[in-house]
Amino acid sequence: MKGRAILTGEHFMHGDHACTEGAIAAGCRFFAGYPITPSTEIAERMAQRLPEVGGVFIQMEDEIASILAIIGASAAGTRAMSATSGPGFSLMMENIGLAVMMEIPIVIVDVQRGSPSTGLPTLPGQADVMQARWGSHGDYAIAAYAPWSPQEMFDLTVLAFNVADRFRIPVMVMSDEVVGHMVERVVIPPEEQIPRWERKRPTVPPENGFRPFLAEDDDLVPPLAHAGEGYRVHFTGLTHDERGYPDMSAETHHRLVTRLVEKVRRNADAMIRYEGYGLEDAKIVVISYGCTARSARRAIGQARAAGIPAGLLRLISLWPFPEKPLRELARQAEAFIVAEMNLGQMICEVERYVAQPVIGVNHAGGAMIPPAPILEAIEEVATRGARIGRRKASAG
Amino acid sequence: MAHALVAEKHPLDDLIRTDRMPHIWCPGCGIGIVMRCYAQAILESGIPVEQHVIVSGIGCAARTPGYMNLDSYHTTHGRPIPFATGLKLVKPELMVTVFSGDGDLAAIGGNHLIHAARRNVDIKVICINNFNYGMTGGQVGPTTPLGAKTTTTPYGNPENPFNFPYLLAAAGAVFVSRWTTIHARQVKEDILYTFHKPGFTFIEVLAPCPVGFGKSNNIDEGVEEMWLYRRRCVLAGRVPDETPWEALQVDLREERPIVVGRFVDEERPVYRPVRLEDKPSEHRG
Repeated sequence: MKGRAILTGEHFMHGDHACTEGAIAAGCRFFAGYPITPSTEIAERMAQRLPEVGGVFIQMEDEIASILAIIGASAAGTRAMSATSGPGFSLMMENIGLAVMMEIPIVIVDVQRGSPSTGLPTLPGQADVMQARWGSHGDYAIAAYAPWSPQEMFDLTVLAFNVADRFRIPVMVMSDEVVGHMVERVVIPPEEQIPRWERKRPTVPPENGFRPFLAEDDDLVPPLAHAGEGYRVHFTGLTHDERGYPDMSAETHHRLVTRLVEKVRRNADAMIRYEGYGLEDAKIVVISYGCTARSARRAIGQARAAGIPAGLLRLISLWPFPEKPLRELARQAEAFIVAEMNLGQMICEVERYVAQPVIGVNHAGGAMIPPAPILEAIEEVATRGARIGRRKASAG
Repeated sequence: MAHALVAEKHPLDDLIRTDRMPHIWCPGCGIGIVMRCYAQAILESGIPVEQHVIVSGIGCAARTPGYMNLDSYHTTHGRPIPFATGLKLVKPELMVTVFSGDGDLAAIGGNHLIHAARRNVDIKVICINNFNYGMTGGQVGPTTPLGAKTTTTPYGNPENPFNFPYLLAAAGAVFVSRWTTIHARQVKEDILYTFHKPGFTFIEVLAPCPVGFGKSNNIDEGVEEMWLYRRRCVLAGRVPDETPWEALQVDLREERPIVVGRFVDEERPVYRPVRLEDKPSEHRG
């Protein structure tokens, strides 16, 4: 008896397992990975589940092989994923660029741990978020999501596959050890309620001169021909023209790389996700994501109880960065606080869009940032906000 | 009107991206000979062209997919084998060939090479061995003989080279052969043979690189190396029973035999992903 692909119902589920179930529910039928804490439970559950649903699980010799295997599987038409943590994520970086350049959709889950290097294998971190955006060489753009619960490990993994396929880009699920190892209620909807965005596919037969990298539509996404369909397509990491042929000219290079970046920018509204708490009248806006946003939500509740008009903008998509809500909040807010388990990464992005003071609440990782330091930052801004404002003004 | 003796169409035209000619390879390079053998084998294979997929890494030999009119994937340096592995596992009906060079497959991609052989994943590897990194201008590689000169070993190579047949046989490849670019028929025959041989197969083809390796080691012309192959190649049988390991060492600069032939041809279970379709399984949630 084959196992069910979609475990519709209510579960008390581990975050890494919810991620696995999200992938399988989204139609992922190929997983290649390498054991690494704290993401290993994803591989273990994939090894159990994929054979039940007619999928393929393979444990590769390293994370470089893992990302190549999922790019290869996806090039043949199968939704494919790998899961890792910081050291493995670093090994994958070069070939994120390959997936970008070949425009082959893949999903990578990074259950972040304390870093750099081997760091804190069993403890949380959020210090790979800039690496997710910029880790491979060159100009490119991707999407990345930061789940804050096992439920979102499911939901955002489904979304990651849809965004990857729809726009032909690598998509990262930037989880962390807290969320990955958290056990919570997870509701898996019935199959018909699981969204499915399909890959854009060739509409002309192979003999009609299909040009595999010609993006004729406004979304700048060319149709994707899979291996074995007769299109005899050439894919290369080299700069290539619309036929897929290498072309070592500055003109072609500029046109290609600009399209790859613009493709994500132009479709950003379809990829961006965020959530607000108490933002309507907020003068102090906390920005946070992943497990840290759980503490931030509690801190703004406490601040509200003390009469401070604080709110939370929770980033669900880290990339593309939700700049529109931030720009709107900049019309009402007096100060922004960015709480993240690193020494200041997404704060750089916030500072790009607002003129107000931006205060970081940071920790290098190893344990969740509790609500207290976030609340302290809110209270400090509330009582000494003007002084901070002056300081910002004099600095500018 | 065409003259009766002028062929207007070559039988391999459909397999070559003629609109990409001229190619990038140097005069005297041996890669084109092997590409032609591959194309001929595809033609004779009886396997529909649409089912052939070629995958490469980076380097001169790795440019071959760009010239083959097939589904072709020119991946990153050293990584064609894991890419091909993923592709093959989800579409086992495809005939997936990795066509790359010695530096790509044995140095930066060496780990993937031995693990794919160990798994016995069903992909066909054709490895051009020209004893150096040609594309970057002739640096030492994992197959450069001890003492040979390259641009990064101007005083002679202080390292011992890998020996492909030895390495692949030990790692578990079910088919291992070595030829040179003068053995066009044998190369084509072996490619054809491996198309019908399930499992991880490996064909090494020694090829002249007069610009990269030859110029520093007194083999100035490609044709000179072809003569050298012709003079020195010796056909040998299976390792280790019929051919001792030591005989497989190659050093073009020394007056010693170059041993070629089929060294491994055996049966081993081919890697297949676990499927539970026929087995009862307990539902878990």
